[in-house]
Amino acid sequence: MQPIISISGVSKTYASGFNALKDINLDIRRGEIFALLGPNGAGKTTLISIVCGIVNRSGGTITVDGHDIGRDYRAARALIGLVPQELTVEAFETVRATLSYSRGLFGKPANPDLVDRILKDLSLWDKRDAKVMTLSGGMKRRVMIGKALAHEPKILFLDEPTAGVDVELRQDMWAMVRRLSESGVTIILTTHYIEEAEEMADRVGVINHGEIILVEDKSELMRKLGRKQLKLELRQKLSAIPAALADYRLELSGDGEALTYTYDNQSDRPGVASLLRDLEIAEIQFRDLDTQNSSLEEIFVNLVRQA
Amino acid sequence: MNRHAIWAIYRFEMARTLRTLLQSIVSPVISTSLYFVVFGAAIGSRISEIGGVSYGAFIVPGLIMLSLLTQSISNASFGIYFPKFVGTIYELLSAPVSYLEIVIAYVGAAATKSVAIGLIILATAALFVPLHIEHPVWMVCFLILTAVTFSLFGFIIGIWAQNFEQLQLVPLLVVMPLTFLGGAFYSIDMLPEMWRTITLFNPVVYLISGFRWSFFGTADVSLAISLGMTLAFLFACIMVVGWMFKTGYRLRT
Repeated sequence: MQPIISISGVSKTYASGFNALKDINLDIRRGEIFALLGPNGAGKTTLISIVCGIVNRSGGTITVDGHDIGRDYRAARALIGLVPQELTVEAFETVRATLSYSRGLFGKPANPDLVDRILKDLSLWDKRDAKVMTLSGGMKRRVMIGKALAHEPKILFLDEPTAGVDVELRQDMWAMVRRLSESGVTIILTTHYIEEAEEMADRVGVINHGEIILVEDKSELMRKLGRKQLKLELRQKLSAIPAALADYRLELSGDGEALTYTYDNQSDRPGVASLLRDLEIAEIQFRDLDTQNSSLEEIFVNLVRQA
Repeated sequence: MNRHAIWAIYRFEMARTLRTLLQSIVSPVISTSLYFVVFGAAIGSRISEIGGVSYGAFIVPGLIMLSLLTQSISNASFGIYFPKFVGTIYELLSAPVSYLEIVIAYVGAAATKSVAIGLIILATAALFVPLHIEHPVWMVCFLILTAVTFSLFGFIIGIWAQNFEQLQLVPLLVVMPLTFLGGAFYSIDMLPEMWRTITLFNPVVYLISGFRWSFFGTADVSLAISLGMTLAFLFACIMVVGWMFKTGYRLRT
């Protein structure tokens, strides 16, 4: 199936000479939730801003549902809703008026029923006639999402949607993203809460220093790059790892009460069984054991560090 | 043509006007009344008629122009500068709207407001001095043409300005003096020869002169030149806006 967004060879050099993006190639699949991860200043926002038409690209082509974002900007932009990172709102307008304004701006005829439904979905109904400036930060964030949804976009960009947002709103937002995704909207989100990407995304892209260093199905990524750890709580303290166990990648905790064994879960011989046997031979007894998968966060940190 | 977008922006801008009704409508009316009291009644009573028109009536077109120019510039420049300042411009830039549509909406709203103010001032003036408008159609033409031209000029300033100080700079340091020296309160025939020549380089002279002609049928310069200069300035503003949008000047990096 044709990708809904196709980015090829896109680069960006700002007037200051800063090379924010270098030859970006990326396809976004129709209907997926794509998480774009990267440290601060990696180029996430620049890339989103280029696709949405806020920043001019220096080179390359981008199509949105087959429409070139330069030649055919109307058709391309009409499909996109954007929730930027910064909280910027029309402070003096009422909540409902700003949503209607956004809808009109994107070329859609007024539809008060739809706007009302969005307000209800985002728990903004009680605030519909309040001036935006009287709202709390979290509520303003909801308003910005409402504005992005007011023209019924097929693609939604969420740039750090949950930065500085409380737990309740974050969960509301996740639920909303899932609902939108189920209704067929393609969602691209950047986040630095990696657990968010881990929980939500179908695919993950990692960007660093203006380059995409990896794009992978999330589950595949977790499987491929994930490590497993076996943690053993010991009955007796150890002062050092016995020589008989030197072949294993073992780590002894500072207090000598726990051993951590790190292994590759892809391997045919993860070595768990033999480790347990060797522990018995070395007469090391343990009270409890626990295994853990490495999180996307660890994978991410490792990737960015390598690059 | 994305007419929904034009309408949305236009309405949004007009809502801003209505929100600040006191500042937008009441203050120009009060300041104009003050001008009438000071110049028309106190000083004007000592000035003889100019070209067969009483001084009080003579200053009406100039006063309307003064408000029209300053209001058009401040409305339009603020309208586009403010979203730039607070960051809400992202939405406009990401919307499926063409530059032409953006200009029509913002400049249209600013011009609408200043024409309304011009008409209110005219009505206020009629309370102070007996007014007779010789060429009402031309009067409205000049009113609209000037409002559009200077709203466009204000729009350019709004895109150019990078802080509030720059936003105020041009209206205060350029437009106000040019208007005062452009014959708002006198006929340039009253000036010494040298100053009259210098004044002819002031574009506002032509606006006021043409506008005054529509009221009284007499003018400092001919109607054709007034109209020509106004259109030339309009055209220059259109060229600059076109260039700004083509290059993304201070809007799209």
